[in-house]
Amino acid sequence: MLDLLAGLGAFTLSVLARLGLAARFSCSVLARVFGSLRRTGLLVREIHFAGVRSLAIILVSGLFVGMVLAVQGYEVLQRFGSADALGSLVALSLVRELGPVVAALLFAGRAGSAVTAEIGLMRATEQLAAMDMMAVDPISRVVAPRFLAAVVSLPLLAVIFSSAGVIGAYLVGVELIGIDAGAFWSQMRASVDFRLDVLNGLFKALVFGVAVGLISVFEGYHAAPTAEGVSSATTRTVVISSLSVLTLDFILTVLMFRGLN
Amino acid sequence: MSDPLDAPLIELKDVRFGYGERTVLDGLDLTVPRGQILAVMGGSGNGKTSLLGLLGGRNIAWSGSVRVDGQEVGRLNGSSLYALRRRMGMLFQFGALFTDLSVFDNVAFPYREQTNLPEAVIRDLVLMKLEAVGLRGAADSAPSQLSGGMARRVALARAIALDPMLMLYDEPFTGLDPISAGIIGRLIKRLNAAFGMTSLIVTHDVNETLRIADRIVLVSNGRIVRDMTPQEVRESDDLFIRQFADGLPDGPVPFHYPAPSYARQLLGEGSAHA
Repeated sequence: MLDLLAGLGAFTLSVLARLGLAARFSCSVLARVFGSLRRTGLLVREIHFAGVRSLAIILVSGLFVGMVLAVQGYEVLQRFGSADALGSLVALSLVRELGPVVAALLFAGRAGSAVTAEIGLMRATEQLAAMDMMAVDPISRVVAPRFLAAVVSLPLLAVIFSSAGVIGAYLVGVELIGIDAGAFWSQMRASVDFRLDVLNGLFKALVFGVAVGLISVFEGYHAAPTAEGVSSATTRTVVISSLSVLTLDFILTVLMFRGLN
Repeated sequence: MSDPLDAPLIELKDVRFGYGERTVLDGLDLTVPRGQILAVMGGSGNGKTSLLGLLGGRNIAWSGSVRVDGQEVGRLNGSSLYALRRRMGMLFQFGALFTDLSVFDNVAFPYREQTNLPEAVIRDLVLMKLEAVGLRGAADSAPSQLSGGMARRVALARAIALDPMLMLYDEPFTGLDPISAGIIGRLIKRLNAAFGMTSLIVTHDVNETLRIADRIVLVSNGRIVRDMTPQEVRESDDLFIRQFADGLPDGPVPFHYPAPSYARQLLGEGSAHA
């Protein structure tokens, strides 16, 4: 019994210590973000790596999610004789929820894990130490641009995901099932509000970008300098990012669509 | 102190340092005059690499004084520490080249980060440094295409890019064939003379060290136990030095890690499983 309590205490302490470390690290990254804005070459390279090279998976996934939404949505809506509302159902689901959330989950798996592995290996092979000894701050040079790339890329990827989803839904709903194209688009335009839906969705994606970006660079920077350390850091990035995205999504959704009262 | 240039470049006094509960350096004293090539030898885990960390300001001593060029390294703040490091070069054990940059860009890195030189000047400087290590022909290669010895020579070119006053070498010969190790050794000696540097080599390669060092110190149990010239090492009949120089597995430095009695443990006492 005492062992159990001691174990619980030790576990809590280690979690708290890790959280403290993460908070301090995040502050030092955020403090250097503006400096790395000036180094456009580095930033562009990282955005290319994190954003542009995630396009394929985002486009294909968005398309399929949209197509599935159309099939499932049509099944339910036509029971109530409102199959024409398919456009607004699909657009609202994508723009408000699925775009930011699924894009963030895919981004964590594709780009976040790669960033963690890259920084972790740079640490394991003493590249970060070498940089530090050359009087070049590794957080400014390596970490901050990769973090910023995630913050810039994810909202754009979420928009692209939602757009691909709408196209997928159009292909299935209109071209395959045969809903009226005019009804599909006009219902969508009538029900999607720019501020409430589109901007809120973008804001969510921005928050997820900050979260996934910080988690990826933190796990990489603090990975144990061994093969096992880097592999478990990569796993942690994907697991912690996914859980954080889903938790944050719930909190943001409640605040945005239910208000604070 | 009359002329500051007569003052030693490195001065360590009664330095204690360790990790967590474990003390690695325990009352270490060391003075290195300018221009010298000093080899620090000792078995693995004797705090040789920690010593480099202390000099570079990556480790902070628990107590005692670590001075480089008159400055107390542990007390420097971020920007003055970086100012000091710009005058130091460090060669890491496996080179630590940036794997996402070409050989040329690796050597150009310190110039691009630390100076405002135009790209044409940087190009000439990089080619000069690569020529000095004999690898101008490999400028366009990726680090992954290089052999271990070549990678270390490129890293050496990168480390001397800003003409440091002090070069720190962490196990520069480890994992190299005798020819590559010989090349690195000669480069260390030549560069030290040509650029008027001071070099501190942490190593356990006895042959290369005897060939290039001006002075050899042996570290054991966290302090310096012998301080002599290569000639003295060759001629010494001190058991400790012979064990080191001839690579004998057992001697004053025991082969066995401390353990309970072998016979008793085989009879099931003590732990180590089952």
